[in-house]
Amino acid sequence: MVLPAHLRTLAKAGGEIQLTIAGPVTQRSILDALEARYPMLQGTIRDHVTQERRAFVRFFACQEDLSHESLDAPLPDAVASGVEPFLVVGAIAGGIY
Amino acid sequence: MSKVRVLVGTRKGAFILESDGKRQKWDVSGPHFAGWELYHVKGSPVDPNRLYASQSSGWFGQLIQRSSDGGKTWEPMDNKFVYDGVPGTHQWYDGKPHPWEFKRVWHLEPSLTDPDTVYAGVEDAALFRTTDGGKSWHELSGLRGHGSGSRWQPGAGGMGLHTILPDPSDPQRMFIAISAAGTFRTDDGGATWKPITKGLHSQFLPDPTAEVGHCVHRIAMHKSRPNVLFMQKHWDVMRTDDAGEQWREVSGNLPTDFGFVIDVHAHEPETIYVVPIKSDSEHFPPEGKLRVFRSKTGGDEWEPLNKGLPQSDCYVDVLREAMAVDSLDSCGVYFGTTGGQVYASADAGDSWMPIVRDLPAVLSVEVQTLK
Repeated sequence: MVLPAHLRTLAKAGGEIQLTIAGPVTQRSILDALEARYPMLQGTIRDHVTQERRAFVRFFACQEDLSHESLDAPLPDAVASGVEPFLVVGAIAGGIY
Repeated sequence: MSKVRVLVGTRKGAFILESDGKRQKWDVSGPHFAGWELYHVKGSPVDPNRLYASQSSGWFGQLIQRSSDGGKTWEPMDNKFVYDGVPGTHQWYDGKPHPWEFKRVWHLEPSLTDPDTVYAGVEDAALFRTTDGGKSWHELSGLRGHGSGSRWQPGAGGMGLHTILPDPSDPQRMFIAISAAGTFRTDDGGATWKPITKGLHSQFLPDPTAEVGHCVHRIAMHKSRPNVLFMQKHWDVMRTDDAGEQWREVSGNLPTDFGFVIDVHAHEPETIYVVPIKSDSEHFPPEGKLRVFRSKTGGDEWEPLNKGLPQSDCYVDVLREAMAVDSLDSCGVYFGTTGGQVYASADAGDSWMPIVRDLPAVLSVEVQTLK
């Protein structure tokens, strides 16, 4: 998977992160594995309490916006097999910041 | 020889400025946490190399960073701020009940006696505390549980708890302020709280003397007189001499009594500073002149201080967390602007110089006097 620059800096992680997932590869299982390896990312991608995606974070893979898919829906085979990355992206701010 | 360290939080990172006691030449380090909003950075009074920083972003939420070496290196701490029990509701802008939602930490107040204990003022307004150096945070829910909580309402900038003043003479007593709920005092270590707003008058409220709803921008105290508090309210500069039981206006001859910051001289408890801002609809100095006003009489009588400050075409703002003083023999006064300048005076306000001038908009300024 690939994180936005700010979260790569926070996690001291390189460009692309390889995760080994036991069981179905879903948004939830990827994020669970990511946060287990990098606990400092807890709360930055999804809410601590609700576990919902933060409003200005998007999930892309295989040229698709998966942000509104179920957290428990299986991700494309290309992501599960490591051919394509699962992208965590900061939404465009429109210049306000 | 003494040193001074200035901790600056900005819209796009934190900066640390250091100087010797002369306070003429400054080394600037940063940006720390580049690109993130740093609402507040503050050091422990008992371990000055222990710093805490509130780092946040609209995208990625809240982080808390801690340094044990004066800001050279940092480590992320627990960032989980969960309201105690069922959060309940407060008033929303449309007057309807709105669930309490954590947004960010506005203010971090390290304990006066323990470097591992820190209070955090958050939006939506609540008070949290860590006693393990930031490894975990727990709400002091007696504040939000005060009977008035459901009537609190955000101002345009959000409903943030921005001022936390522990009483140096009484560990059970603390003062806090919230925009726009008002100001409160605890006498039992945070278990219960009492609104202390008698004497405040806010024209924007249906009942201008209501118990809660006042937009308090900042409160300041001199450590030798914890019963005397000074307040910059949305409009009006106020003081109390009895720990908030009764306030009186001391705006006196100020050109405008709107503003955000207020602070007290380190050695003269009756000498106070404000930066008047034109109005709540025009957030810049009157006449395009940046002036600090000083009162040596605890209010009412004010003198403008402008030597070294821009006196034409200046339209910056000075936000509520952006003024602090050092405790050197000749008290230093510091403030930051939304234009990215940090001004310092090494002579208690008589003259000023920019110690850095092209930072992102300054959100907070804190000063440490190092031996």
